[in-house]
Amino acid sequence: MSAPHSHGSHSHDEHGGMGSYAIGFVLAVILTVVPFAAVMKGLVSGGQAVALIMGTAVVQILVHLRFFLHIDGKTDRWTLQALVFTLFVLGIVLGGSLWVMYNMNHNMMPMMMPIDG
Amino acid sequence: MTSATIAAHGTTHGDHEHHEEHHDQFGTVQLGFWIYLMSDCVLFSGLFATYAVMSTAFAGGPTPHTIFELPYVAVETALLLFSSLTYGFAMMGAHKGNKGAVLGWLLITALFGLGFIGMEVNEFTKLIAEGAGPDRSGWLSSFFALVGTHGLHVTSGLVWMTVMMVQVARRGLTDTNIRRLTCLSLFWHFLDVVWIGVFSFVYLMGVSA
Repeated sequence: MSAPHSHGSHSHDEHGGMGSYAIGFVLAVILTVVPFAAVMKGLVSGGQAVALIMGTAVVQILVHLRFFLHIDGKTDRWTLQALVFTLFVLGIVLGGSLWVMYNMNHNMMPMMMPIDG
Repeated sequence: MTSATIAAHGTTHGDHEHHEEHHDQFGTVQLGFWIYLMSDCVLFSGLFATYAVMSTAFAGGPTPHTIFELPYVAVETALLLFSSLTYGFAMMGAHKGNKGAVLGWLLITALFGLGFIGMEVNEFTKLIAEGAGPDRSGWLSSFFALVGTHGLHVTSGLVWMTVMMVQVARRGLTDTNIRRLTCLSLFWHFLDVVWIGVFSFVYLMGVSA
């Protein structure tokens, strides 16, 4: 009873097989090559570049979470909750910092100029 | 109930409980390690936020256009991505109980990781020699802090991987070793996820802006 259990169910349900890694790897390669090629060949710039780079990055992170870290619907509830909470904190730290610092620069610049120059 | 039935029932129940406990312990360790990774994620978010705020603080010095070489970064990215795949192969070997495969794939993974770190150290050395060190501008300080912290993590991962190769070689694929390999797998894949943020946000956005 114990031998087939520890082999079969573990490698299939929790850790994915060869297929899972292969799909993840192929998707990751595509999602890496596309933004690199677009930027290196100068095909995109400005807002388009930001959208393409950030878009492929977000999708690639999801691909890695799903196929390499095996986070999916069947994952333990606490793992997912910890991840969602972390994303919430990331949003506050990143969004908040940029927002605050942008406003600070925006408001301080005219007054700082004479001192700088 | 006769005492025999109770005894039999007790034994089965005990067995079941033992199995559950074992499984729970594995789950608890993994969850605990996952929460550490999430806290590490918050640490990186602070470094990313600092980098974002400092992204135009060039102080009249070098800019991303003048010092970043995308083909070089592409090779680093490829090394880390291959290492994620080969670590996956090592884990598959571990679940099949194939010790040789685990050791072989761990060695290949470690070599990819070592290649990555070697390239990063080389890049940093070159930048510092060119006068684009962390002391040159606010932007470069935040660049070295962010990319350097990721590099230190990868280096720790390599030390851990070396220890695991010795452990597996000496004691085989015991439950404890499989649990450790699983935690290292989360760590290693997590570092590749952070690198996606680094090459996108730092290198690609820097050059395309």
